Amino acid sequence: MDVKKKKKTSWKHWIPFYIMFIPGFVYLIVNNYMPLYGLQLAFKQFSYQKGISGSGWIGFKNFKFLFASSDAFIMIRNTLLYNIFWILLGVVLGVAVAILFNEILNKTAKKFYQTAILLPYLMSMVVVAYLVYAYLASDTGLINNAIIKGLFGREKGIDWYMEKNYWPFILTFVNQWKSIGFGMLLYLSSLVGIDKSYYEAAMLDGATKWQQIRMITIPLLKPTIIMLVILNMGQIFRSDFGLFYQVPMHQGALLKATQTIDTFVFTALLKTNNLGMSAAASFLQSVVGFIFIMGANAIVRKMDKNSSLF
Amino acid sequence: MVSKDQKIWRVVAHIVMILLSALALLPFLLLVIASFTDDATALVNGYSYLPEKWSLGAYEYILENKGTFFKAYGMTIVVTFVGTVVNVVLTALTGYVLSKRKLPGVKVMNIFVIFTMLFNGGLVATYINYVTVFHIKDTIFALLVPNLLMNAFMITLVRNYFEHSIPEEIYESARIDGANEFLIFIKLVLPLSVPILATVGLMGGIAYWNDWQNSLYYIDDKAMYTIQAVLNSINEGVAALASMAGSNVSLAELPTTTIRMAVAVVGILPILVIYPFFQKYFAKGLMAGSVKG
Repeated sequence: MDVKKKKKTSWKHWIPFYIMFIPGFVYLIVNNYMPLYGLQLAFKQFSYQKGISGSGWIGFKNFKFLFASSDAFIMIRNTLLYNIFWILLGVVLGVAVAILFNEILNKTAKKFYQTAILLPYLMSMVVVAYLVYAYLASDTGLINNAIIKGLFGREKGIDWYMEKNYWPFILTFVNQWKSIGFGMLLYLSSLVGIDKSYYEAAMLDGATKWQQIRMITIPLLKPTIIMLVILNMGQIFRSDFGLFYQVPMHQGALLKATQTIDTFVFTALLKTNNLGMSAAASFLQSVVGFIFIMGANAIVRKMDKNSSLF
Repeated sequence: MVSKDQKIWRVVAHIVMILLSALALLPFLLLVIASFTDDATALVNGYSYLPEKWSLGAYEYILENKGTFFKAYGMTIVVTFVGTVVNVVLTALTGYVLSKRKLPGVKVMNIFVIFTMLFNGGLVATYINYVTVFHIKDTIFALLVPNLLMNAFMITLVRNYFEHSIPEEIYESARIDGANEFLIFIKLVLPLSVPILATVGLMGGIAYWNDWQNSLYYIDDKAMYTIQAVLNSINEGVAALASMAGSNVSLAELPTTTIRMAVAVVGILPILVIYPFFQKYFAKGLMAGSVKG
């Protein structure tokens, strides 16, 4: 019967749906598909007068310049290392916080904690830069004044925005501060799904809470953890532009610790007018990023079809 | 029956959560207190949770220069409102169409949408496209259109909702009554999907309110600044504050130490006020970005 019905549906019936799809279609063409044409700029000597198609081909020259500079190594190293470290740290903290959060029964307390911990995630990076500045400003920052000079009695504070060695820690802290609530939320949804009878049985056998976590919770969370790690690995060639651009206040002295592919592409494109190198780096990010995402997704698909992106 | 072991865990959990909540909230408290600190006090003692002298000076300055700040605020409100409305409509329409599994070609349409999550042209290609083809520099479109108008994650969220939460029979009965598909969408589908559209709207609204990147890339004209763009320009150099005052005030006379914090407070105020009431929707919207398509 169903088949008959399907056959009867004439193509005219579907026209309204195609019309409804047009606005979204047009937007994706403009915002996502048309820019793909501009990827060729990586192999061209671009000039605004000549436009994309009019500019001349120069082969791999942009890439040669890019890799001849010291920038290429630093920005790729920073992007990869920060990502790898933060993915692992995010798992440990996210799982730990989710497990603890799940122990709490009081609904009001739970709601308050979650609201508070999630708040940083909703702030723009510009605002986060202001919050960090309130603590780290060399002349008026709280840490230099109240702690280093006040508590420890030193005469001089630390010039945080000039000393690059502190920044891997500062950026890591800010990143986790902003995202830990989100991480908790991710693992919480799988935690809540765990069958309570496992724990009841374990308690009858006299298992301690720690044993329950090690023997029941962590093994059952494992698929979620692996899935999220792999999916995050797919994004390993991208970085949070706002975090690396806003929070260090664009200080040149920090670049060795704060330059990532995204900040380089932006600076070369709009500040130093080095469109060739910028286009080369941007191209590299798109293509390598695509390979990583497809790879990650293929792995996830093999493990669990429902968790893959498509 | 609660074992001693369990009790200890519960106490530890509360302690850790209280610490984390404090860690999350204290920076905001410092920001607010800094904005109410007397400028000279802040200059000498630095930002502090217990300033020696309080002052409304920073806010008075903002009110005196209402031209600049109000304009930026108005810009943010207009962009957020228009952007969010268009975003919700586009997302709802596209998600709804993709939920029609029998629609000929719907698989290709799905791939067309999902591909945008996997591959993009990157900043350079996107920037050149918008600047040389659409000439959006210093227009309102620069704040509305790039990247924020619709995204594939939200479309997937809406599509899944339509697929699983609205039974096909409802459409059938409406069709028998002779309603056309557009009417069905407006009169039937939209009202039924209010919860999910609220999530989409909140996420879109936050994204527009917080956006500074489109201003950074495409806006040079100070008259087009949003509140985030103002914050960004102060970050690039406090000189921006003086030029915004527009008068002959010298930078040295400005209470810049506390004004910058007051501008930030004003910038996040709406989120701080709205967020606790809609926390549930936020949590749902954030999760959506992480789940599969």
